[in-house]
Amino acid sequence: MASGAELTPTSYMNHHLTNLTSSVGEGAFWTLHVDTLVMSLLLGILSFGFLWSVVRGATSGVPGKRQAFVELAVEFIDDQVKSTFHGDRHAFVAPAALTVFVWVLMMNAMDLLPIDIMALIYEQLGLHNWRSVPTTDINATFALALSVWFLMIYFNIKVKGLGGWIHELVCTPFGKNPLLWPVNLLFNLVEYVSKPLSHSLRLYGNIYAGEIIFLLIGMWAATGLAGTIFGTVLGAGWAIFHILIITLQAFIFMMLTVVYLSMAHESH
Amino acid sequence: MNINFTLFSQAAAFAVFIWFTVKFVWPPLMRAIEDRQKTIADGLAAGERGKHQLELASHRSSDALKEAKQRAADIIAQAEKRASQIIEEAKGTAKDESDRIIVGAKAEVDQEVFRAKETLRQQVADLAVAGAAKILRREVDAKTHAELLTSIKAEL
Repeated sequence: MASGAELTPTSYMNHHLTNLTSSVGEGAFWTLHVDTLVMSLLLGILSFGFLWSVVRGATSGVPGKRQAFVELAVEFIDDQVKSTFHGDRHAFVAPAALTVFVWVLMMNAMDLLPIDIMALIYEQLGLHNWRSVPTTDINATFALALSVWFLMIYFNIKVKGLGGWIHELVCTPFGKNPLLWPVNLLFNLVEYVSKPLSHSLRLYGNIYAGEIIFLLIGMWAATGLAGTIFGTVLGAGWAIFHILIITLQAFIFMMLTVVYLSMAHESH
Repeated sequence: MNINFTLFSQAAAFAVFIWFTVKFVWPPLMRAIEDRQKTIADGLAAGERGKHQLELASHRSSDALKEAKQRAADIIAQAEKRASQIIEEAKGTAKDESDRIIVGAKAEVDQEVFRAKETLRQQVADLAVAGAAKILRREVDAKTHAELLTSIKAEL
């Protein structure tokens, strides 16, 4: 692209799939993906600021259009949580689910921005490597999943007590027999390890794959007139289909969050 | 796919956003929604109550109407009865009055007849005396023959 180097499929892909990094310390771990952080923070501030501005002027009388829209979203999530979580959902779980859904949906929706036009704009701003979609960064999805995982452990201990939780770890699902304790513990360990992995990788994989498809279509569009025409049609089709995927993935991510937190609240 | 410090920054941002939503977004909206639900429920209950009261009122009004009709019919019947009674009474009074007038008139007529007879008798007596005087060609002393004249008068 605008990098000046010769444009090959590999360089095109690499250009679009490289984060803007910033080193904060020694070693490979101590780097920040600035684009991921800035985009996700911007989107978060935008969407929660919007929610806040609507909610601050919320009336219990006849709601305006914006309030009705926000209420629609909130009640949709509240209904989902109500069917899964049986406790005081208003204290934490339901608003947390709202946060997850709105934020993930907004981050996923960045995938619909035309990828090369955005790259051009970022280039004008002096940002050579800048990825618009935070959820195509494994760090972002894993951060969310890991936060949910810690919340899960926190609520396990808070609701059942440390002893109760350990009891559950060693005595379920197969039984209380001491011979079965190692098996139970192993089983639960696998479950606890697999939860954040599947939680984060599902979202990451879907959105990352979606972006790759957009890139492939973009590459095809660069091959000639026929490629441009087909690329346009396919790109539009994929974008329309992708609206479903980004919403569905945000919903699945939210539902899994609610389910994990509900399981932490319920004793076996 | 390199895990790095972004993870923790992202998790911190997530925590802040969750805290913000729990604290500032969810409760006011829920309060507004619940208030509205309560208002709507109250309104529906009030509507139901109003409907019930309307039903009661219409029952009461139809009862009152029925009673009023009944009373009106009673009053009319009574009035008719009274009217015919008054007519009967009037008829009776009129008959008595007419009877009395007739009796009075008869008495008067009898009296008149008696008086006329008396006058006639007097005149005839006078006439007879005059005739007799003429016949006797002399003045009959009325005083001396009073007894005689009276007996003649009585015979007339």
